[in-house]
Amino acid sequence: MSADTAEATPAQAGEMLKMTGQAAITAALFQAMEEDSKVLVFGEDVADREGGGVMGTTRGLSTKFGDLRVRSTPIAEQSIMGAAVGAAMAGYKPVAEIMLMNFITVAMDMIVNHAAKLRFMSGGQSTVPLVIRTLTGAGWQTAGQHSDHYEGWFAHTAGIKVVTPATPADYKGLLLSAIQDPDPVLFIENSRTLFVPGDVAADQGPIPLGKARVAREGTHISLITYSGMVANCLAAADELAQQGISAEVIDLRTVSPWDKDAVLASADKTGRAIVVHEAVRHFGPGGEIASTIQEELFRKLKAPVRRLGAPYSAVPFAKVLEDAFLVQPADIAAAAKALCEYD
Amino acid sequence: MSQTPENRASPDAATQLDIYRRMVRIERNDEFTRTQIRRGRITAPYYSARGQEVIPSTLSNLMTDDDVICTIYRGIHDMVAKGMPLRPLWAEICGRVDGTCKGKGGPMHLTHPETGVMVTTGIVGSSMPIANGFAWASLLDGSKRVTIAYFGDGASNIGAFHEALNLASVWKLPVIFVCSNNGFAEHTRYENGTSVDFISKRAIGYGMPGYTVDGNDPFDMYAHAHAAIERARAGEGPTLLECKTFRFMGHVFGDNDAYMTKEEKAEALAKDPLVLFRQLLLDTGVATEAQLEEMKAGIEAEVQDAIDFAFESGYASVDELRRDVFAEEIPA
Repeated sequence: MSADTAEATPAQAGEMLKMTGQAAITAALFQAMEEDSKVLVFGEDVADREGGGVMGTTRGLSTKFGDLRVRSTPIAEQSIMGAAVGAAMAGYKPVAEIMLMNFITVAMDMIVNHAAKLRFMSGGQSTVPLVIRTLTGAGWQTAGQHSDHYEGWFAHTAGIKVVTPATPADYKGLLLSAIQDPDPVLFIENSRTLFVPGDVAADQGPIPLGKARVAREGTHISLITYSGMVANCLAAADELAQQGISAEVIDLRTVSPWDKDAVLASADKTGRAIVVHEAVRHFGPGGEIASTIQEELFRKLKAPVRRLGAPYSAVPFAKVLEDAFLVQPADIAAAAKALCEYD
Repeated sequence: MSQTPENRASPDAATQLDIYRRMVRIERNDEFTRTQIRRGRITAPYYSARGQEVIPSTLSNLMTDDDVICTIYRGIHDMVAKGMPLRPLWAEICGRVDGTCKGKGGPMHLTHPETGVMVTTGIVGSSMPIANGFAWASLLDGSKRVTIAYFGDGASNIGAFHEALNLASVWKLPVIFVCSNNGFAEHTRYENGTSVDFISKRAIGYGMPGYTVDGNDPFDMYAHAHAAIERARAGEGPTLLECKTFRFMGHVFGDNDAYMTKEEKAEALAKDPLVLFRQLLLDTGVATEAQLEEMKAGIEAEVQDAIDFAFESGYASVDELRRDVFAEEIPA
């Protein structure tokens, strides 16, 4: 969807629109820039002269809001993030695009040592209300330097929030919240969900960060997941239902801070839990969530908490390897079935 | 190396005295800091800037209260020159709750937005990309505010320098990159880590003016700082100033200077900019001996008051670990 479509759509309460996650992001950016003149958008190729982003997500913004607020940058992620940190500290709300998550590695100092820490290290004098929009996800055969999920690194860093939407409505609502948030937010777009259409309320407003969503209710086992793996868990839940197993799917929406209350409530109800993510399982976010469930609910659990994630390898290129790298619905269903039969 | 700017500005008598006052404030503050560390009253890494006083003193004379700086771990002289009050500065060095950052940053990370000290980074080179953000904000605000990024010669070899200068030039940002070239990157001699004989030459590659300045000469510094600030305020873009200087106390407190020769150190010490400028002010009648002694005594009283204030201040509650991580306090 082009920005023109996003703009041309008048918001009418109750009306549902079909749009992709990408279109939802475009709509959120238009809305945020319209509502607050402090919101800035910049990154590689984001202005209309450069096509409004390599995916077209920011198309129309520079034409509407001017090239001082919407700027294409050199391919220099460290300087992009540095400018975001400085502008945020000077009172602006920069939405900086780092095209792909792997490219964040060359801007880590600005994000980890500065954006995330300056509020604390300045004793609360400095605020860094920036958003980093970035895209990633296996499934397009882009291999090990274009499709990693690194949310665990940032969840491990105190002072930055990590948001991982899975549906078009959440892409819009969570991005609006991320832009309004007084702290730095890493907003991770997943390449398998970004172009899938879904329902978005015409007047979709901000969705609070840190609040999970029950994507499907169930009673036998909790599948705790986020981002691209929400779809795989829902597909697994369909398979499990045919075998008489009722799986609940919890979409975290935000990896940090994560909604502990919602996760524990679900695991308490079902007594079984699997944490599923696309990131490598080894030292992944699943470890934190699974161990918290076990610490809090040890005597109520009917089976050990399991983690499913990618194997300890780089994202591979060949389709057969990439398919094996990603957790598939059948893997989730098999693990869930095994836990339901555990005694 | 570019040529000296045309129409060299020259500091008048009052300006010279103001620059000197800032230099003395830096030097006295530094001397008192090292004394407190030697006495074991402060435990912190300390990167003295003794010998580098002219650079920020001259620039700060030309900056307004609205102008901002992004500096580095060897940066207390930049803050003192910019006018940061010494009480919260000392309380922060001592890790106390009345410090600028409640004791959460320490001597390498002071922040004091009221006096334009926006960020002090412990990461080599990182002042520059962040300074660009402040400069971009000036364009967005439509203000004449200028941003200065301070850094050392070692930082001109890290990627942040190159990315930041390129972006500042492409966007014509009102930022001045001020390199204090003291001849050593930690312990590594300049020529063993830097590909060019003058860092100012690197400005050519980024399409901006670059000057090598005698960073120990207030008159040369003033002329170049004046031109760079005027250029930034006029919307003409960034400037790189390479200011040649020398750090008298080595890299970090306790440094044994084994990586430099005794001769070169003695030669530098013999040209102490503070001593030379003081003599010049006396010789040219800008100030009298009595005036300068009175100035020094007043500054020493200010520093001593700040030290007393700092050591009387308490420590932050451990609850501070849950505060300022985010705007909202982390639950206990």
